[in-house]
Amino acid sequence: MKTLEELLAIKAKAEKQMNVREEEGAGIRVVVGMATCGIAAGARPVLAGFVEEVAKRNLKDVSVNQTGCIGMCQYEPIVEVFEEGKEKVTYIKMSPEKVARVVADHIVNGNPVVEYTVASLNK
Amino acid sequence: MYRSHVLVCGGTGCTSSNSAAIIEALEKEIEAKGLTDEVKVIKTGCFGLCALGPIMVVYPEGSFYSEVKVENIPEIVEEHLLKGRIVKHLLYEETTQTEDIKSINETNFYKKQKRVALRNCGVIDPENIEEYIAMDGYQALAKAVTEMSPEQVIDVVKDSGLRGRGGGGFPTGLKWSFTAKNAADQKYVVCNADEGDPGAFMDRSILEGDPHCVIEAMAICGYATGATEGYVYVRAEYPIAVGRLQKAIDDAREYGLLGKDIFGSGFDFDLHIRLGAGAFVCGEETALMTSIEGNRGEPRPRPPYPAVKGLFAKPTTENNVETFANIPQIILHGAEYFNTMGTEKSKGTKVFALGGKINNTGLVEIPMGTTLREVIEDIGGGIPNGKKFKAVQTGGPSGGCIPASLMDTAIDYDNLTALGCMIGSGGLIVMDEDNCMVDIAKFFLDFTVDESCGKCTPCRIGTKRMMEILEKITDGNGTLEDLDELESLANYIKENSLCGLGQTAPNPVLATLRFFRDEYIAHVVDKKCPAGVCKKLMSISIVADKCKGCTLCSRKCPVGAISGTVKNPHVIDPAKCIKCGVCIDTCKFGAIVKG
Repeated sequence: MKTLEELLAIKAKAEKQMNVREEEGAGIRVVVGMATCGIAAGARPVLAGFVEEVAKRNLKDVSVNQTGCIGMCQYEPIVEVFEEGKEKVTYIKMSPEKVARVVADHIVNGNPVVEYTVASLNK
Repeated sequence: MYRSHVLVCGGTGCTSSNSAAIIEALEKEIEAKGLTDEVKVIKTGCFGLCALGPIMVVYPEGSFYSEVKVENIPEIVEEHLLKGRIVKHLLYEETTQTEDIKSINETNFYKKQKRVALRNCGVIDPENIEEYIAMDGYQALAKAVTEMSPEQVIDVVKDSGLRGRGGGGFPTGLKWSFTAKNAADQKYVVCNADEGDPGAFMDRSILEGDPHCVIEAMAICGYATGATEGYVYVRAEYPIAVGRLQKAIDDAREYGLLGKDIFGSGFDFDLHIRLGAGAFVCGEETALMTSIEGNRGEPRPRPPYPAVKGLFAKPTTENNVETFANIPQIILHGAEYFNTMGTEKSKGTKVFALGGKINNTGLVEIPMGTTLREVIEDIGGGIPNGKKFKAVQTGGPSGGCIPASLMDTAIDYDNLTALGCMIGSGGLIVMDEDNCMVDIAKFFLDFTVDESCGKCTPCRIGTKRMMEILEKITDGNGTLEDLDELESLANYIKENSLCGLGQTAPNPVLATLRFFRDEYIAHVVDKKCPAGVCKKLMSISIVADKCKGCTLCSRKCPVGAISGTVKNPHVIDPAKCIKCGVCIDTCKFGAIVKG
């Protein structure tokens, strides 16, 4: 290594790996239901999908967490997105394919993907 | 990408409470549950809360598990890592007392701390150079060698107000400037990691938890003073620290952060480790250099000072581990970052090792100017078992003790020196009502008698003579004249010893004489040890009225000093009694008393 740029490149790469250890300031919390019902319905790849997608886009203000059974087992995998000052958004029947769109539209641009949410059931 | 990181403390404290087995069990269990690609286990340095080790922190939640046992691992992996349910009953108790789980930084132990030297300990994997780089590591070195002149580096360190953390408290920038202005074909940087004070372990924890910050700082010091080679003198009794430091040096070389032409600036710097064989005197700077040179570790007279004629007779800068650990932050954030913390003459923070009669044994870093009361009561969690706080010993065998009445003293170099104490390397040993202060003085003096290298007479013979007087006092043969003799001898040794060891060795005696003279007088005049520690001054007797004659004590007595028949009061034969106190603990009726 001979330049500051090289050092900063290593820093950027390593920082990304360590993002998960940032305790404070996670503005948006993505919570994946990982009870038996969720896992059986395929929540694990959904969770992995969120982790990957958040890392790929280098989103610093987002944390991906697990939770237990949310109570609507027939709609698992369920993902809830919490944001300070906004109403909680609940996505149902998630799949790894749907993850990219939720991250792009909702988490990055602030527009919840209504057709994936629990609200779409009433329509 | 891992969705969760599990940090397990791999410092010496938690290692001795079995964290290595926990890491092994954790990795096995994670594999069994098929989480290997999702959860990463990281062995870190010390979190500071050694009393509650082994410590384990799970991210992204930041859940702080304490006193983790191998048996708890399956539950934590199954519940927390697999199903996302925090195992509340295994968390650090204080974080679970409110409805929401409290962040660890809001607990009493952590909230008053300010971590500069310890900033990466318990945060990064010390064996992974890239994690250090992620925490701004080596940016200060890059900034120093590419953007600043050596004079500018020294000016920043001077302006920061940083003073030596090893004991003396000498201004670091000034020290560097002395070496810088002496021209020579070769100069050296030496890091003193020969931490020998009983009860102090901050240098070890820094080397174990964040070895790269010391390497970076030594390189910066080399650039500022014109040195191209450095030595870290570290105790061989610190195997974890030595191993991690060696790995860190190897990695730094591989990344080109040590060696030739660092950051293309033309500056060369390399480092070596030298192991100390356990002599306390080698923590004294001239003895340390003599030892690195391959000679018997004995101090040499100053002047010439190391800045003129140090290691291998070349100009040398020597600093303590903790002093170095502050340097990268000062260079990176500027002098103001540091000098806005602390008091007028003592800037920044100081790491203290809390030990003795205190609930939260461990490592804390506080801004200078924090009071002893805050450290002991708030951060340390007070004295265990409802006992009364008596005094705190600072600075180990070179320091003194501060009585309970002066607990509101703000900790800084000058305040403690004014009390005949010193910050020293930062050991804080807390004593309660069960400690005898004469015995404490004897303990520390015994240490210096053992560790005196023998080169100069005041220290070699003087401390031995003081020790004899102390023994005379605790044996019950002391006189009031002995106290005066002790004082005059102490002052003579302070003034006439060759090095810091002898010059400070009488401090524990002088400090206890100053603040606890009544205890000395009780030993000398009343022939009593008020705390009941000095065995020769203690007698154990059975209160006949209370004794039921159960014979339990006589059966437990290891020397057969108790006699009596069933249902009749027993008697202790004082000639046979060794005052071990087993009978007192055994008696169910409280019939046996010390006096």
